[in-house]
This record gives sequence, C-alpha cells and structure tokens, in this order.
Amino acid sequence: MTAVDDRPTTEIGSARLRKEDQRLITGRTKWTDNIQLPGMVHLAMVRSPFAHARVSGIDTAEAKALPGVIAVLTGSDIADIQGLNITAWPITTDQKAPDHLPMVVDHVACAGEIVAVVAARSAAVARDAAELVDVDYEELPAVLDLKEAATDAVLAHPSLGTNKSAFWQLDSKAGGTGGDIEEAIATAREGGILIEREYRQQRLIPSFMEPRSTVVDPTGDQVVLWSSTQVPHLVRFGIAATTGLPESKIRVIAPDVGGGFGGKLQTTPEEFVTLAVARTLGKPCKYTETRSESMVSAHHGRDQWQKLTLAAEKDGTVTGLKVELMCDLGAYAGLVGGGVPVLGAWMFNSIYKFGAYQFNCTNYYTNKTWVDAYRGAGRPEATYAIERLMDELAAEVGVDPMEIRRKNWITHDEFPFASVAGMTYDSGDYEAATEKALGLFGYDELRAEQQRRRESGDPVQLGIGISTFTEMCGLAPSRVLGSLNYGAGGWESASIRMLTTGTVEVITGASAHGQGHETAWSQIVADRLGVPFENVEVLHGDTQIAPKGMDTYGSRSLVVGGEALVRAADKVIEKAKPLAAHMLEAGVDDLEFAAGRFTVKGTDKGIGLTDIALGIWTGHDYPEGLEPSIDADATFDPVNFSFPHGTHLCAMEVDTETGATTMRKYVCVDDIGTIINPLIVEGQVHGGLVQGIGQALWEGAEYDEQGTLVSGSFVDYTLPTAADTISFVTDHTTSPSTSNSLGTKGVGEAGTIASTPAVVNAIVDAVRHLGIDDIQMPCTPERVWKAIQSAGGTTDAAPVADAQAHFDEGAPNQDPAAGTTDGAGQ
Amino acid sequence: MTRITVNVDGVSCTDEVEPRMLLVHYLREVVGKVGTVVGCDTSNCGACTVHLDGRSVKSCNVLAVQADGHDVTTIEGLSSNGELHPMQAAFHENHALQCGYCTPGMIMQAVDLVTENPNPSEEEIRVGLEGNLCRCTGYHNIVKAVAAAAGSMSSERTEAR
Ligand code: FES
Ligand code: FES
Repeated sequence: MTAVDDRPTTEIGSARLRKEDQRLITGRTKWTDNIQLPGMVHLAMVRSPFAHARVSGIDTAEAKALPGVIAVLTGSDIADIQGLNITAWPITTDQKAPDHLPMVVDHVACAGEIVAVVAARSAAVARDAAELVDVDYEELPAVLDLKEAATDAVLAHPSLGTNKSAFWQLDSKAGGTGGDIEEAIATAREGGILIEREYRQQRLIPSFMEPRSTVVDPTGDQVVLWSSTQVPHLVRFGIAATTGLPESKIRVIAPDVGGGFGGKLQTTPEEFVTLAVARTLGKPCKYTETRSESMVSAHHGRDQWQKLTLAAEKDGTVTGLKVELMCDLGAYAGLVGGGVPVLGAWMFNSIYKFGAYQFNCTNYYTNKTWVDAYRGAGRPEATYAIERLMDELAAEVGVDPMEIRRKNWITHDEFPFASVAGMTYDSGDYEAATEKALGLFGYDELRAEQQRRRESGDPVQLGIGISTFTEMCGLAPSRVLGSLNYGAGGWESASIRMLTTGTVEVITGASAHGQGHETAWSQIVADRLGVPFENVEVLHGDTQIAPKGMDTYGSRSLVVGGEALVRAADKVIEKAKPLAAHMLEAGVDDLEFAAGRFTVKGTDKGIGLTDIALGIWTGHDYPEGLEPSIDADATFDPVNFSFPHGTHLCAMEVDTETGATTMRKYVCVDDIGTIINPLIVEGQVHGGLVQGIGQALWEGAEYDEQGTLVSGSFVDYTLPTAADTISFVTDHTTSPSTSNSLGTKGVGEAGTIASTPAVVNAIVDAVRHLGIDDIQMPCTPERVWKAIQSAGGTTDAAPVADAQAHFDEGAPNQDPAAGTTDGAGQ
Repeated sequence: MTRITVNVDGVSCTDEVEPRMLLVHYLREVVGKVGTVVGCDTSNCGACTVHLDGRSVKSCNVLAVQADGHDVTTIEGLSSNGELHPMQAAFHENHALQCGYCTPGMIMQAVDLVTENPNPSEEEIRVGLEGNLCRCTGYHNIVKAVAAAAGSMSSERTEAR
C-alpha cells in the first residue's frame, strides 16, 4: 500500500490529461436537467414581455384547466417564502438598490421578469399552460439608454426617486498613492499632450452553453437544491438569509455545470421560484430554461461608457489618468452587481507608472436585464480603455505603440511595485514577456508588410494591435473585501481525508464548471503527499460534502483554493509525523518526509503515509494525547492579490472597400506564475481569447425602443464559431507569485481581458492613416466601412495636439475622428 | 399519440409519442439518452447532434416520428466493445473539451465530417464544425483533435485492408 513510483518526478508542471473527461466524452455527464426524481413536477415561467409595467391582474383559470396542470402560482401566492435575490456588494453605504423579488408581485422592471409559474406533469404541458396565463399589464415609460437614465427624466424604479445607484471614487492624491490628477491635466493642457476619449463597453451576454436548470426536492430532512451554478455555497447563504429556511435545512448541489464565465455567479430568480413552488406543493420540481429565456433573464455583462483623460509630457511620459465611468446595472443590483465596475478601479493604470490617477464610477438603473460579472469583470473594461489610450498616445507622439509602453511600464527590477491605485504588484517581467511575444509574432516583418501595403495603396490594409495587460486575481483578501463594504470573505477551504486502503479524498470549497480542478488538485496533492495521481479523488460542489467554500470565479480557485489544499496537505504530514515516530520507534526530529514516506535519517527504516493512515484507522497502537486521525482541514485567506500579466499581439487585415476584417495572426505570452498543468492552462487561454475577440468583433446585446432584447437568441447574438476563428500561438514566461506558496497567479480570465483591445487596436491601426482613431465595438464590417466612409479617405487627418477637442462638462464624445457611435437604445 | 420504432444505439425502441415531440426530447425523456443535450431553441448550437442512419443531424430539428424505422446513434453508442471511438480519444488527448456541454454534439459532428472527408484541412475542419458552438475552448484544441482523429481513423482503415 505504499506509493508506486512510476509517476513523473513532479506532478506540478506536467500536462496530465484530464480526469473529468471520461464521463464528458461518453455522454454520462450529470447535468442538472438530467435529474429525474419520482413524482417530479415540471415548471414553466410566465415572463413579462414589457420592460416596465405594473401588473394589474393575472387570470390563471384557463391555464389551470389544462389537463396535466398541477398549479399556477403568482407572486402574491409565494410572497412569504420566495426570499430575495441579494446583492453582496453595496459599493457605498448609501447605495440605492431596489428589492429584487424572484417573482414580481406588482412592478416589472425589465422584460423577462417572472410574473407567474406553472407546475405540470411534463415540461411540454407546463409550457402550453404558461401561454394560457392571462396577465394584465399597465405599461409604464421605460428608461433604456444609459445616458438618458443619468438625467432621471424617466425612472426605472419610480419608488427610488432616481436612477442613480451609487458613486464611487478612488483618488491618488486623497489616498496618498500619487499626485493631483487635476494638476496633471492642467499641466498637460498647457505644454504637454492630453488625450481625451470616450469609449463604449457594449453589453454582452455570457452565453454559457448549458442553459440554467434547477431541481428542488423538498421532501427529505434537508431541502435539496441542484442547480447549474458556479456558487453553491453562496446560493445556500442567499436562501438561508432571505427565505426563512434554516441554513442547516438546505443542501445545495452543483453537479456537472456546463460553463459559467461569471454568468452563473448569481442567486437567480429561477432558483428561488423553483424552491418556493417545491415547498408550496411538497413535491420535487424541475425548471430548465430555454435558450431564449436564458438570453433575456440570466444576467448580462459589461455595459459602460468610459470617459477618459490621459495626461502626458510631449515625449510620451504619462503623468496622469482620469477615468469617469457611467455603468448600466440594468434593472437590479446583482450579487456582485455594482461592484463589478469597481473591480476595474485598480487596473486602469495597468502596468504603467502614472504620477496621478483618479477613478470615478457612477452606476445607474435602466429597464433592461440586470448586469453582473462576466469573465474578467471590471478588468477587461479597464484594460480595453488603457490599452486603446496608449495606442492613441503613441500616434500623437509619433512613435511605435510598443515604444510608448516601454517608456511607461514598470521595469522588472522595480518589483515589488506600489501602484498609483494603491496595489502592490509582487512580481512580473513585462520586458521578458514582450521580447518573447515580439519574436514569436514576427513583429518587424509584419510592420514592414504594413508599410508596403500602405505605400502600394492595397485595398486590404494590415494592422497590428498590442495589449500589454495585467490583472488582479485571487479574489480576495477578506480584510480588503471588508474595507470595500463587500458582504462576504475571500478565503477558501480544503480538507484531505487519508482513507484506510491507500487512496485520498480531497474536498475543496471551489466549485468547478469546466476548469479541470479534479485534475489539477490531484496533481498538487499527489506531489505534496507523495501519493499516485490516480489515487486522489477530488470532491466539490455539494454543500453536504464540501460544507465550507466561496466557490469559483475571479481566477481564484487555484490561487486561493490551491493554497488551502497545500496547507491541508502540510497539516496531514504534521499530524502523521509523531505517529510515524511512534511506529518507527524513533525521535520526531530524526524523521524526514519525502515522496510519501517518513524515513529515519541515516537508516533505511521508513513508513509510508498511507500505511500510517491504515495503522491509525485501527487505532490499536498510538501515543497518548494524540487523536487517531491524520485527516486535516485548512482555510486560507490570502494577504494579497496576484497579478498575472502578458503581452498579446494581433494582426488584422481590413478590407477598406467592404469593411470586412480577418484575423491573420494572434500571439500571446502570459506570465501566470507557476503552471500546474500546461494543458489546462492553454485551454483556458484559448477559450478566454475567443471570448475577448467576440466582444471586439461580433457580440453585443441590443434592445429596441420598447425595451425588447432583439439579440435574444443564438440567431441574433452572434457567438464566434470555429469558422470565424483561427489557431493561436501561446507561450509563457514565469515570475512566480509571492502571495501563495505554489507561486500561481490565476489564468481563467487573462485571455478575455487582454484580447479585446489587441484586436481593436489592430483594426484601428490598419486604418489610422485614413484618419480614423476609433471604431466602436463590436467592430462589424458595417461599422468599419462606415468609419472609412465618414473619414472621407483623407490620408493625413491624424489630430494634432492643439487641434484636439476637450471635454466640456457632460458633453458626449467630441473626438472629431471617432468612428460611428450608433447603437441606439443600448 | 403515434407509435414509433427507432433503433437507438443498437437497441430497438417502440414507444408512443406525441406527433410534435422532437427527436432530442424523445431521446432524453423517453429513451433516457441524456448524453445528448439541448443548448438552444433555434437550431444554432449543435449540442443535440446525433447520427440518423449514419449522417449527422441536429436532433432538435427532427421530429421523433421522422425517426420511425431509422437508426439513431448518440454519443452513448459511439464507443464499441468498451473502447473509445478514435474521435472520443482524440478529444481527451488534445484537451478539446472543458465543461463538456458541447462535446457530445461536437464529437458526433466531427465523426460525420471525417467520414465524409477523411483528410480534412484546418479550414475544412473549421467550416465543417461551424454549426456547433463551444463557449469554452475557443475551438483551437477541437480543431487539433479532429485533425488527429482523422489521422488515426485513416491509419486504422489502412491497417484493416
Ligand atoms: S439544441 Fe439543437 S441546435 Fe441547439
Ligand atoms: S467545452 Fe464547454 S461549451 Fe464546449
């Protein structure tokens, strides 16, 4: 029962194939919608087609009369037990937030809100009956446009008296981390360079492939809720905090979950309504959404206007950055909600040394789907803004965009570096990542080709886009969260159970939904305890099995959860040591632990950890005063964030006659610290890249003037396909993080954060000589073509410093060379 | 109700179904083949892809009654004698799946693609998979896996000769 020794010398760093694949490639996956319980009832939701309305009456008679229908319930029927969809992060103590009832009682604040629910023998009957529920709506004026919302002319929630939710500011002068931003701007206006731009972060739909599904069985000792969620522990908390069910009576299980990307980081109205119906009927209930329901009712992401002022000296040395965000929360503040844009506060300054910095964020409500975390959450928005601005500054100074970055970035010998936003970057090497990326990309050759195409007037122009990004991962030190008024901690927990017959159970509070935790966690434990990879079983996603956890989001699982695992493993070894000494009749100090065995120094006497586990299970012979167990738990609360970074380079071809764009090459070199499994890392990067590229080129949630989501299906919301995308060149440099003992930094969001500005920079670079310096995302052929047309083909329209328009208070984008800003109703 | 007989993964199934029932719902809810999943309601995502008489179809786009008298192969019937189909093995070996939700449909489509075109180029693979959406992998490793499987499937054929 000792460890076999045919494993790689270290598991960490090896490209292990994934343990979880077997069931996924053979169709034996446990999706929530697969669950069938005896006597189970199927639900269908009746949803408001109106963006803003008062419900004046609901006639359920016809629906109830349909054969097979068990019940039709409205908001007032479940008002006492339905609970609330909570917000965990009121960004200020006076943040305005309307109560978010899972089912509307009388006020509908966005299309898609649930106004009634049908329970029936089959899903098909439930859907038929839902069509027969007759709801009387009294339509109210809806506010849809973010900038109109800011005027309070029409209110999304009349009872709040305003659309403004909260204002949040970070100021380097006030915080003592840098200079006065207004001074920096004034100086630049006098004799330097001032870049003033307004960028749009369009609304996106996370579009996980598995529609959300919830099954509730209220008939056991505990109420069991299965849900396709990223956050079973937070769902359990939300239920206990708001429905009157005691926490000890609730078990939440996230079985196999088909993607999330932040879109399943929520306590959802659908979960709460299903729970309320199951409790009312005393029967197991299932609700699975259709894709169209998912598009309109699961939360959306991004949706900001970004007003940016970058101050620099004439040579391109940046002296300050002022950020003013208007953010659309949609109809409600979600779980992270108003905090999502705030997560960008520390990232607009990115890898650069700015003298002064100010971040201002105002959140507003509109009568549209709620907005919350989507892959990157706050950081892609920040990275987009600063990386676009650095390109604009380079154009202004007249140097290569990489030059302007080199001039301003933190050099490798300056770490640890205290940023102007008050973060301490522990490690990184931007020069090394950039050198490697430039080589892999063939930067100089592509620049030369670009020059040739310009000179020959080729209708297909080539552009090169750069994004040298960083992000903060490993959410999060609990004390920092506390200081930001966040309602929960940022720790993670792990347990290790040394089973009697030589195998190991690992319990993690992180909750995977495609990331491959079972494989990576097994590698970490195998190395630490010296047991075979195959002998480690990773359990997660069930509050009964893994009672403590903060779940999976924010690239936190490995950085925080992985460290908890390391600490639990170290405790196992610590607990086993005196037992080993007892069994080997040696002193504790004479023992060494390596490759799963304790040995007595200088002898060949030894005992394996798994043998100790068996010995202590019998409990026949162990020292007085010790407990007969070597199992251990650990909870890790990080003291700092981690800061992955990377250099992403993108080459785009733009057909100036049609506006069509084609990706030619994409290279990224990421520094994510220590890599546990390179195979899994590559996969995370690839998937992340395409999500970021999707924002740059194709995706956008569009509403019409009535507040109907017109991109409400996969026909109109255009996800990237295999035919739209290319193969990528990915590589790494490594400067280990110092915030955890494995040296990991997190990789889940990197690709998404970095790729969007790289693509847009490339497109703008391809047409900059035509006088274009911005094209609003998504950069569809139509928008690119319009930008080229309205630029009038002038070849020398690059704005000069003194001709730059400056922001007037409250005025929209005044950048004369900006591309189209259509997208009404967003 | 209509009586249909469908051979699903080698087993003959006779059932009464509503004429409006989609093949995917028949497979999942009546036959219990929950390996085949639903990802959309507009026939865009391909998650529901199965083989009908050996050719791929989106089973949300076919009525159960249309499968009457035909053979259906789902992801659950793809491996034989306990051995993974080369396409399944290639998806595993090339890390061509993350959450795995698109995977059954993606594999069924990929098998069809390689059956039709045993030696596809990257471009042909990409176009051939255009009707199957994946939100996790960025397609990079899926394309790699299909190319690898095409290689191993054609060498298998050569050996069998
Ligand atoms: S479920 Fe069939 S194509 Fe989406
Ligand atoms: S692996 Fe998740 S959708 Fe493809």
